[in-house]
Amino acid sequence: MIDRTVFKERFVKWVLVAFALSSLLFLFLIFLFILSEGLPLFLKVGVKNIIFGFKWAPTKGYFGIFPMIISSFLVTIGALVIGAPMGLSCAIYLSEYSGKKMKMFLKPALELLAGIPSVVFGFLGVIYIVPLVRNYLGGSGFSLISTSLVLGVMILPTIISISFDALVSVPKTYREGSAAMGATKWQTIYKVIIPSAKSGILASFILGMGRAIGETMAVIMIAGNALKIPGSILDPLRTLTGNIALELAYATGDHRLGLFSTGVVLMVIIMILNYIANFGIKRKIAK
Amino acid sequence: MRINPRIINRLVRMGLNVQAFFTVGILIIIVAIIFFKGFPHMSFAFIFSFPEDMGREGGIFPSIVGTIQLALLSILFATPLGLGTAIFLTEYTRESLFTKLIRFGVESLAGIPSILYGLFGFIFFVIKLKMGWSLLAGVLTMTIMILPTIIRTSEEAIRAVPRQLRIVSYSLSASKWETIKKVVLPAAMPGILTGIMLSIGRAVGETAAIIFTMGSSLRLPLSVMESGRTMAVHFYILAREGISMEKAYGTAVVLVLSILLINILAYYIMNKAIARYS
Amino acid sequence: MDTKISTDRLKVFFGKAQVLKEITIAVHRNTITGFMGPSGSGKSTLISVINRMIDFENNVRIEGEAAIDGTSILDGSINPIELRRRVGTVFAVPIPLPRSIFENIAYGPKLKGTTDRTSLHHIVEDSLKKAFLWDEVKDRLSTSALKLSGGQQQRLCLARTLALKPEIILLDEPCSGLDPVSTAKIEDALSELKSEYTIILVSNNTKQIARISDFSAFFYLGELIEYNTTEKVFTTPTESKTEDYIQGKFG
Repeated sequence: MIDRTVFKERFVKWVLVAFALSSLLFLFLIFLFILSEGLPLFLKVGVKNIIFGFKWAPTKGYFGIFPMIISSFLVTIGALVIGAPMGLSCAIYLSEYSGKKMKMFLKPALELLAGIPSVVFGFLGVIYIVPLVRNYLGGSGFSLISTSLVLGVMILPTIISISFDALVSVPKTYREGSAAMGATKWQTIYKVIIPSAKSGILASFILGMGRAIGETMAVIMIAGNALKIPGSILDPLRTLTGNIALELAYATGDHRLGLFSTGVVLMVIIMILNYIANFGIKRKIAK
Repeated sequence: MRINPRIINRLVRMGLNVQAFFTVGILIIIVAIIFFKGFPHMSFAFIFSFPEDMGREGGIFPSIVGTIQLALLSILFATPLGLGTAIFLTEYTRESLFTKLIRFGVESLAGIPSILYGLFGFIFFVIKLKMGWSLLAGVLTMTIMILPTIIRTSEEAIRAVPRQLRIVSYSLSASKWETIKKVVLPAAMPGILTGIMLSIGRAVGETAAIIFTMGSSLRLPLSVMESGRTMAVHFYILAREGISMEKAYGTAVVLVLSILLINILAYYIMNKAIARYS
Repeated sequence: MDTKISTDRLKVFFGKAQVLKEITIAVHRNTITGFMGPSGSGKSTLISVINRMIDFENNVRIEGEAAIDGTSILDGSINPIELRRRVGTVFAVPIPLPRSIFENIAYGPKLKGTTDRTSLHHIVEDSLKKAFLWDEVKDRLSTSALKLSGGQQQRLCLARTLALKPEIILLDEPCSGLDPVSTAKIEDALSELKSEYTIILVSNNTKQIARISDFSAFFYLGELIEYNTTEKVFTTPTESKTEDYIQGKFG
């Protein structure tokens, strides 16, 4: 009797340990298989020829993805230029100005926005944003600016929810102290609250960047996917994610390996961004 | 020139107000466009009939079935794994190097973009494990993708269960596992359900990871080894290849409506749970 | 009178802090023994050794011996789950499980493997009667236990403990949050119960200890200062600290 309960408890514990280890196992497998497919080409063609190469013609032995790296960063920065001010002001409104009822309405609305699939964003971008850009700014409309606009909206929920958390966690005494000195609400926010929530707000921007750089379906529908560094905001471009998604279905041999090399570069960029957001900034908060 | 800080204060307040409503406005506009453009093309027949001519004619029945299959099977795999991980992290260990490692794993999985899941699922499940483009390959890829969501929400829900309830259960001669099964999990159930609903929403809307693992066959998948097409993938193909704008809008309505309903249900459950705790 | 619970030079450390200092005490069978003392005196720690709930604290070290019926309860071969069936506990704040009145009481018996409906009903009725709660809840056993008043909840917790059919009942300040009427009901129940159980009542309320306990122990800063019949402790205490405490000079 005693032995049976003890045995059962131990059994449960080991099962749970195994379950908990599954996340690590999956992460390991993802790394293993993307790296084992993606790294050989770096050795064969050369790191420099891939990362700094300008020409992508995988069937002819050219695997340069430099324009895509630059394009990925351009759309990400573009998305941030649009999403960061919008998102931050929304977060400030939510944490400092809105009433309880308003919050009860706005927060779920934002979560729902986060739930809209990226293909839907891409589709509406093609139908409404692309023609708008084409008619008023020129070019084909499939462009850096259209993509940035759509991505900017897509990263709003990430930016808002994380900077909201940062703003809300600023101690009440800071607000009261500042108000007691005769500061207006905005002065308090501008001079006291935003500086003390700075690292959380920064983290929200970086995680927003991570989302933008990893976004795929919306981007391939709107970006135009041209294989060069865009010369202006009206030029089309191809991102790292777009490169993979556009060609994976039919690629074989070295061509497929080249797409995994693209994946390796993307993975490294994402890892760095997540590392900065999760560790670099959280540690600062802890201090 | 110095402007009165009170006036600035007012202007800022107004600006932020406008901004917040603008953001919500985007959501409303998106939903409104989809609904107004799509509803005329949606009908009972559209939902329950098979597509013809690559989707140019007919309905979207197989893609609805494919979506449900993908979402439910992924949940079936991910829930025990995720819930088990959450129970382990909250009930069976103290914070240690080991838990930090697991948390690192979970956070990293959460940060990986879906196209990389697509790449991984394609090379591992489809090619190396020779599953081919199949429902099973899609389900396994999706399982890994939604695991972090289930772990996080379950962990939060379990942590919110008051410690005294556990103590009382132990004092009544319950073992640890009995306490978890009979007291902790029932009390945490609404939060766990919220996580499951959110994960279903994610599986329904996902495209990049699914198109390279589950494929895009328009037939009804009758076994897990067959390829299938989810609504999101069908919508993408209709729109991208310009097959039929009407059918694309019709599919979009069904897609967006189901995701909205799933997410609203998730928050409804969560709010009820919060009301119960406080 | 024979001894039910005994400790021999029992020491407990939380990290580096020693919270119990060489406690040697023998609690008699079928009596109510009151443990009193200001907070930090170690009285609650002592009962958490007796029911082994101390297992759930971090960083604990125990030295010395504690025994029930002459058998050690600190020994590695003792199953704490079995032990907690013999030693029931009622906590300071009533914490009903978020389920029905019936299910709260049946929780312990079900864990022991009693599943048959009639025996469960029997146990539930019996326990509620012993805790003086039956008449108030007999018509609504399936309603949530959370709907009961504070005093009723505490009697429910007592009934829930009785349903384990324990030999010993430990009560950790069970009346600290209750009104005088509810307190009186609990005290009445305890006085009836002592013929079947050995009861330890931890309380800061010296008047309560004087009213219902047969023996009284006074703890101060982890030491057992005085232990005797309640009458002697309250009328002719040997230690001046005890006298000061009883007279309310500190505590």
